[in-house]
Amino acid sequence: MIDIQNLSVSLSDKPILADYSLQVAPGSVLAILGANGVGKTTLLNCLVGLCKPSAGTVTARGRIGYVPQLFQSAFAFSVLDIVLMGRARHIPLFGAPRAQDYGIASKYLKLMKVGHLKDRAFNELSGGQRQLVMIAQALSSECEILILDEPCSALDYKNQSIVIDTLRELNASMGLTILFSTHAPQHGLEVASHVLLMRDRQRYEFGAVEDVLTAENLTTLYDVPIAKAAFAPGGKFTFAPSFER
Amino acid sequence: MLAMATAQGGARMRSWVIILLLSLLLVFCLLYSITVGRYDIGIVDVGRILLDNVIPAQTPSWTTVQADVVESIRLPRVLAAILVGAGLAISGAALQGLFRNPLVDSSTIGVTFGAGFGGTLAILLVGGGYPVLAASFAFGMGSLLAVKGLATVRGRASTLTLVLAGVVVSAFFTAAISICKLLADPQQKLPAITYWLMGSIAATSYRDLILMSLAILPPMIVIFLLRYQINILSLGEQKARALGAPIELVQWTIFIAISIISAGVVATSGIIGWVGLVIPHVARALVGPDHGRLLPVSALLGAIYLLLVDNIARTATVAELPLGIITALIGVPVFAIVLRRVQAKSGWSHD
Repeated sequence: MIDIQNLSVSLSDKPILADYSLQVAPGSVLAILGANGVGKTTLLNCLVGLCKPSAGTVTARGRIGYVPQLFQSAFAFSVLDIVLMGRARHIPLFGAPRAQDYGIASKYLKLMKVGHLKDRAFNELSGGQRQLVMIAQALSSECEILILDEPCSALDYKNQSIVIDTLRELNASMGLTILFSTHAPQHGLEVASHVLLMRDRQRYEFGAVEDVLTAENLTTLYDVPIAKAAFAPGGKFTFAPSFER
Repeated sequence: MLAMATAQGGARMRSWVIILLLSLLLVFCLLYSITVGRYDIGIVDVGRILLDNVIPAQTPSWTTVQADVVESIRLPRVLAAILVGAGLAISGAALQGLFRNPLVDSSTIGVTFGAGFGGTLAILLVGGGYPVLAASFAFGMGSLLAVKGLATVRGRASTLTLVLAGVVVSAFFTAAISICKLLADPQQKLPAITYWLMGSIAATSYRDLILMSLAILPPMIVIFLLRYQINILSLGEQKARALGAPIELVQWTIFIAISIISAGVVATSGIIGWVGLVIPHVARALVGPDHGRLLPVSALLGAIYLLLVDNIARTATVAELPLGIITALIGVPVFAIVLRRVQAKSGWSHD
């Protein structure tokens, strides 16, 4: 579904990524982890078509829906207006949303459990609600691949769990292929089938969650001691960092 | 589902009511504006004189002089005010959406002075009429592109750089206009250029009106048809691109449309600034930021606003005031207020 071959990216002559190769199969969920500034957003932007590879190829089979990091609108659009804009690919140049588009937008707003907010001003919503509205906008494009740039950053635990649960449900019920970047390994454990650990512009590890998302790998990735910790009966575990130096 | 449908219908209904009320207000302002002036004609007679063209009256209750004043002198002028006001306001609304910036309109972004220079150059070298229109268009479009080029750093045009680039380009063309004035023949061409530039629709003829309609109406329709695309572009170029909107096509179409409107306005009426800055803010407060409603409401409000401004221009003093001076006197304080609000919020999410 997504095929990245020897991808290299430079932004204003500064190399960001060099020689990345990975394949994401249909229906899988990929969590992307890495330090700040390592190029997670750049990689996602290449998939969405917002930045051009300087070498290599990126192929995506299927329509992509994109949820950017912490989106704010310049004007006081209503939630419904924002979600309707997800229909851009289906509405001709000189056209406007029709009844069918309103129906699709309302459907996904309800699926995201924010249908009651549709007449509210988007910018007045909480961070978590805004994230759900942006997911509804991406879904309104009737995408097969959902790409989210740090969907849980700046969200509290409750909202993080809502977003992560939503991703899990979308993957299970609609078979969506999902790629998201995150700073919480826990998110990867919760929903991902695959993980990409970005170490620097040319070193990375990519594979199934159980192979790649290990305490050793995370310790070297973040340069902070990280241990595996059981937190629930039945073997569910999490990663606990230690901030003592 | 039913509740959702009615709530959605409610917002739409409210916009339709506002559009209807503004249309009625526009018709009333049109009739009233024809009565304004030194020659006294009542609003009922104005209505009858105009209606006579459709359904001829058996016994006219007015004199031929009155009919002449209404139809040959005041009607073209009033229609010109409507066209110019609507065109400038819709340009401002579209530009503000496109640049996500409440401080831009054709004048703050340099198009008006670019078009003004083009027109001046054409009067100086060739004379009035269509050459003025063509040169205004060319230089208006050129200054729009120059401003966009100057303001865009790494694919982004910030509020501040955009307005500053507009100042720079306007300053350049103001200087260029001054050079043209220095070169112009002080007996004939200089007074013509000077008074024309100050902005006036006093001498509008039906021939001017045709030229004006051809330059202003089709681009207005095109801008309105792009209402949904402008919504998407107002989310920002990156977001719009990710949503799959044809950004370059929309931007270029709107730039060309706005340059044609500016050229039409400048060629026939001189430099009338600030209308496109003031009106969209009022319109946004009435119907919200969705351009499907914002653009028509801006056009209606712009038409009413310029009618009223023209009435002031005609009656405030013994000699007629140039329109551009009055719109600037009103527009500049509004600009200052908007600028302060933008700064206070360090953003402008709630317009």
